Amino acid sequence: MRKIPRRTVLGWGLGVAAGRALGQAAKVEPVFKPEKDASLRLLRWSGFVKSDEELWNANTKKFTEATGVPVSVEYITWEDVRPKAALAANLGTGPDIIMGWYDDPHIYPQKLVDVSDVAEGLGKQLGGWYDVARTYGYSNRMRHWIAVPVGGTVECLTYRTSWTKEAGFDEFPRSPADLLKLARALKAKGHPVGFALGHAVGDGNNWTHWVLWTFGGKAVEKDSKTIAIAQKPSLEAIAYVQELYAQMVPGVGSWLDPNNNRAFLAGEISLTNNGISIYYAAKKDFPQIAEDINHSPFPIGPVGRATELANFSQAFIFKHSRFPNAAKEYIRFMLSPDQAGPWVDAMNGYVTPALKQYQDLPVWTKDPKATPFRDGIARMQHNGYAGEPGQQAAAALAEFIVLDMFADATVNGMSAKDAAARAENRLRRIYRG
Amino acid sequence: MRGLSLDRGPLLPTLLLVPSAVLLGGLLAFPLVLGVLLGFKDATIGEAGNFIGLDNYRYLLTDPVLRITALNTALYTLVTVVFKLALGLALALILNQRFAGYRFWRSVLLLPYVVPTVLSAFAWWWILDPQFSFISWGLIRLGILDQHVNFLGSAWLARASLMVANVWRGIPFFTVGYLAGLQSIPKELHEAAAIDGASGWRTFWEITWLLLLPLTTILTIFSAIFTFTDFQLIWTITRGGPANATHLFVTLAYQRAIPGGALGEGAAIAGFTLPFLALLAWAALDALRRQA
Repeated sequence: MRKIPRRTVLGWGLGVAAGRALGQAAKVEPVFKPEKDASLRLLRWSGFVKSDEELWNANTKKFTEATGVPVSVEYITWEDVRPKAALAANLGTGPDIIMGWYDDPHIYPQKLVDVSDVAEGLGKQLGGWYDVARTYGYSNRMRHWIAVPVGGTVECLTYRTSWTKEAGFDEFPRSPADLLKLARALKAKGHPVGFALGHAVGDGNNWTHWVLWTFGGKAVEKDSKTIAIAQKPSLEAIAYVQELYAQMVPGVGSWLDPNNNRAFLAGEISLTNNGISIYYAAKKDFPQIAEDINHSPFPIGPVGRATELANFSQAFIFKHSRFPNAAKEYIRFMLSPDQAGPWVDAMNGYVTPALKQYQDLPVWTKDPKATPFRDGIARMQHNGYAGEPGQQAAAALAEFIVLDMFADATVNGMSAKDAAARAENRLRRIYRG
Repeated sequence: MRGLSLDRGPLLPTLLLVPSAVLLGGLLAFPLVLGVLLGFKDATIGEAGNFIGLDNYRYLLTDPVLRITALNTALYTLVTVVFKLALGLALALILNQRFAGYRFWRSVLLLPYVVPTVLSAFAWWWILDPQFSFISWGLIRLGILDQHVNFLGSAWLARASLMVANVWRGIPFFTVGYLAGLQSIPKELHEAAAIDGASGWRTFWEITWLLLLPLTTILTIFSAIFTFTDFQLIWTITRGGPANATHLFVTLAYQRAIPGGALGEGAAIAGFTLPFLALLAWAALDALRRQA
């Protein structure tokens, strides 16, 4: 592991102490001294809730007041960040900092600034990083951190408590087998379940990866070369999904990300996987449904540990930036408690931070229905498991290989073996030499 | 000024052509050549990649998804163009009549074409929604169906639904073209036919249709080019799903090249469209030349 200079660690402590002692308005001595006349451009995803951007902008203003470094923040739809980031990487120009998704930094690690000092400093200060956060932020190829993990839009199973009880389940199932029983009972009562099997970038990818992994399946082995998708665990997962599919509302084959939210709020389905957004939409417009909603982590199957996938975001700095120190200081500042605390609180649980200390924030317990989202990062596996994050894993996810394997075996009526063989064929191509 | 003989010899025309040649070369030919070359590389978003000859094409020919995509693209183009032509012509014939408010209806007709495609695609996405489609709702209310239509959730119905949306959007292109064509047919021809006692059908087939034929060629070719390269409708409504059943060449190329990062392979997929597009472009130019 790389050593952090003693002065940096000292700086962290001093900065934090000074910040506490002098209050917010005081000028905090930066840990990373911004370059003269520095200015920054940040590209990030637009907020899933309005309060996200409000707080982010307010914190950015605080940063400018404290350091004199102006920052222009550009917000774009979360799915558009990847192509824009890739463009910046390829052209060697554009924003200084990007808040991207999943494997983004591992696609062009050689073009990114080493941020080990920021990541290790924050980790020390704030209870450490979740394991999966380290996997996403640390490059084994470069042997240093290439990105600072921000957090994930965790998903949980969202269900109607009254219907679950009606179906004979006082407790929410903890195993896939019981989940299937519940789904059957719910369907029998006229309340089918619904999980996206269309090209839904978030919802569809998340639940299909969970089910593949929880049965012990994986796309690729640890060597990031040997394709493992067509093995027995996959076939078991497919057989399971085929049974679950029979309990679903018709049309899930065409579902994109917003479909399950609408169907759930309209009372067409009793159970789905989603971020906390359904709950908040219900609180706003359908209070009696909100009352009836609860959340649960995904059940744990034969593999014996949590295997969830969630959209995961991290901040990285391009080497083409003329102000890498200012950029480091900005990321450190924004993820420090005085800024990140209120920011995460204001987002009402939409984003779960990657630093463990933030699980103590009031947002996670103020409303007990938000609590399952608190530990989502701890329950996550990284995209591309069991291989390394990188271009191949990113491609497999972007092409919906795992999702389409399940869709082929349900919506398209293929046999489990044929669907797995098709996925294997494509993965071989993606992971070729 | 007789010493300068710019206006004689080939120099002046050549000079005058230079700006357009530079523009066309820089903006069209250069990116096209780059794109074609990219198809012979294993470039990804992070790496410039190496020259790998025909490897991308060789792989794609064995790829079942590409086969479905080729079939989709061919069907999508053929079927929708036929419907767009027939319905567009029918509408043009109706709107060519003078009736109360015909100007209003002519402008209404343009709406599908004027509305940005992404917006109309969203509207269609709602219309075809598996839970909230007003079509399903109406049919259930009328007692014709007892459950929602799964418009986009199964391969063939999804293909058909996308075709309907595309036809809806593309009709005005034909209608407006045909309206202009109809108005340029000399009245005397129809009058003469009426005097000779020709039936409405006969007048249509032997005068109107015949005179519209050159226009039909051009409209069809251009419509085929637009349909062949349709991206927004598909991407907004299905993203190529369920399980890649509705991809066209352009959506598959995009999915693999940009979100997927396989730039070389994406370029090769786009490369598959080039012969067809070149053929269509040649046909369009040939048709235009013959009319000149």
